[in-house]
Amino acid sequence: MFSNRLFNVLVPIISVLLGLIAGAIIMLAFGYNPIEGYIALWNGAFGSSYFFGETVRQATPYILTGLSVAFAFRSGLFNIGAEGQVFVGWLAAVWIGSSLDAPMFIHLPLTLIGAALAGAFWGFIPGLLKATKGVHEVIITIMMNYIALHFSNYMIRYVLTDGSDTTDRVLPSASLASEWLLEITSFSRMHWGILIALFAAVVVWFLLEKTTAGYELRSVGYNPHASRYAGMNVKKNIILSMVIAGALAGLGGAMAGLGTFGYMPTHSAFTNLGFDGIAVALLGGNAALGTVIAAFLFGVLKIGALNMPTAAGVPSELVEIVTALIIFFVASSYMIRWILLRFKKEEK
Amino acid sequence: MKKNRLLLILGLLLAVTFVLGACGTADEEEDTTGNNGDNTNTEDATDGGEETDFSVAMVTDTGGVDDKSFNQSSWEGLQEFGEEYGLVEMEGYTYAQSESDADYSTNLNRLVQQDYDLIYGIGYLLADAVSTVAEQNPDTNFGIVDSVIDADNVASITFKEHQGSFLVGVAAALKSESGKVGFVGGVDSDLIKKFESGYRAGVKSVDPSIEVSVQYAASFGDAAKGKAIAASMYNSGVDVIYHASGATGNGVFAQAKDIKNNDPDASVWVIGVDRNQYEEGAIGDTNVTLTSMVKRVDVAVKSVSEQAMNGNFPGGEILEFGLADNGISVADTNEEAYTEDIATVVEEWKQKLLDGEVEAPSTEEELEAYLETL
Repeated sequence: MFSNRLFNVLVPIISVLLGLIAGAIIMLAFGYNPIEGYIALWNGAFGSSYFFGETVRQATPYILTGLSVAFAFRSGLFNIGAEGQVFVGWLAAVWIGSSLDAPMFIHLPLTLIGAALAGAFWGFIPGLLKATKGVHEVIITIMMNYIALHFSNYMIRYVLTDGSDTTDRVLPSASLASEWLLEITSFSRMHWGILIALFAAVVVWFLLEKTTAGYELRSVGYNPHASRYAGMNVKKNIILSMVIAGALAGLGGAMAGLGTFGYMPTHSAFTNLGFDGIAVALLGGNAALGTVIAAFLFGVLKIGALNMPTAAGVPSELVEIVTALIIFFVASSYMIRWILLRFKKEEK
Repeated sequence: MKKNRLLLILGLLLAVTFVLGACGTADEEEDTTGNNGDNTNTEDATDGGEETDFSVAMVTDTGGVDDKSFNQSSWEGLQEFGEEYGLVEMEGYTYAQSESDADYSTNLNRLVQQDYDLIYGIGYLLADAVSTVAEQNPDTNFGIVDSVIDADNVASITFKEHQGSFLVGVAAALKSESGKVGFVGGVDSDLIKKFESGYRAGVKSVDPSIEVSVQYAASFGDAAKGKAIAASMYNSGVDVIYHASGATGNGVFAQAKDIKNNDPDASVWVIGVDRNQYEEGAIGDTNVTLTSMVKRVDVAVKSVSEQAMNGNFPGGEILEFGLADNGISVADTNEEAYTEDIATVVEEWKQKLLDGEVEAPSTEEELEAYLETL
């Protein structure tokens, strides 16, 4: 008999393998060598210290947005708004990071808190509407994404700068980038944010699994009615869940603002950091550790994929198809579960 | 029950083979057409190739290599360069596409590590990334298009858009029957001001009484806004609109085509930008594209690559491509609208610009000074 835990580990792994195999078949069908393709992917992500640094850099915001989606999901909410929360978090981080003058041990934490608060506020609105008016959070968060996108563009153009396309750089006292990391990874943009992301994962794990508040949040996710009968405040928990999810995604935005870029450009489209976070959370089984692993996998895929066109001649569009296939198989984990169960039955 | 499942699996397999089979043939077809295009492009590819171990690469912005605009044009320049000198694609010359703006420096760095001798960043969006990467890798040469970076290993490629805009301004003035022409800009910036100033000067040079209405869309990607602006301009009697607004301009084309659809005799024209936008203006048997201000990024990229290959890389220099070196030209594809008479006058003004008799203004101040001399 498969234990539930083994099942939860097995399904994502099989999904990834199936995705890779399906990707290989597609590459073959289009006349590309899948082995060369995957070697290029591997080298593109781990081939040198530079690429490894970039992979970590890419995974950092994914961990946080993945945690954001996973956290909300555990309390029965679908946070599509991680994307918008990334935007406001990024904006707040860059704003505080570039305008305030303070020593690092005050400035950096303040900037991070600012980003988290901005994201939290962006999560609070859909949480409040869901709790008090019963408006579905998916609709509100999707719309909040657009508001965040255009609001931050407006702020960059007319408030933070005078009609310019990018903000000023954040001051060194608020920057997560480090000379030392730059040197050992030969100029990759890997930054200290990875430590913050991993720390956030530990906090989320602890909060959800080891505290009463976390128990309540999960319980609301399992069954809000039963939770109400048990005397829990469902409304409070819904709002709390969205606020924490928003804060996590806001921190994800701060990673881009304080680490990767050091400034914020105006965007004509979404960054996809938040949307990919949904896939990361899904692949990670909505658990903290799983999310971290899934975020790394996505970092590897994203950064390694950039190498496939130049090193193996595989067009980047095909790489996107492969990534999409992996997500597809994760999402259809029900199917894999069903097949696994069938095998089990036959064994009997 | 069991039989049914077998049938289902068989059916699925069949479907998969069909789908994959279809993909295969489409791919081959694409390949052959690609080859044909290449052959016509460079006739001397086979006979005139000298061997060299020089290698060159480019990084696109998020538009991608098939954006029908300057990314594509740059790649065509590199392809031409590679074929002329017998380079192998993927080894001697290549491109890297950026999926998001975080990819710019990853792509640049990767190409540095793959030992490309010269690496282009296409478009001003890459300026920041190119400048950082160039500083970290002083032994590699870089090129940046449409922006200026002050570093010894970077060549900055810019264009005299005001010259081309001046000429299409002349064409617009000659074509206009209503005495009103329009300009739609993308983002209000120094770069787009160059287009606007040149255009206005060109129009006024032909007939100072012609009114030029100018509007900015505040975006290079908002076709809906472009359409709305074009609608209000055409309604107010404007009959020729020059757009320098990237994808926002697609809305201008859409509006002109809508008007033409309702009333085939309507006199509405669009002037394209960056590349020959003749295809964008096609509607039925007619075409609303009067002409286009063509920026030959391919010419510039190829020329800088040649200089670098021959050891004369113009590092630290700001290169300005204009009419004289074919970096800027005016399209004459739509012969029906862009008549012989217009072409002759435009040619006259072009000669004046080349001789230095007339100087196309590139800023607001220069434009005012120019208008006073008329």
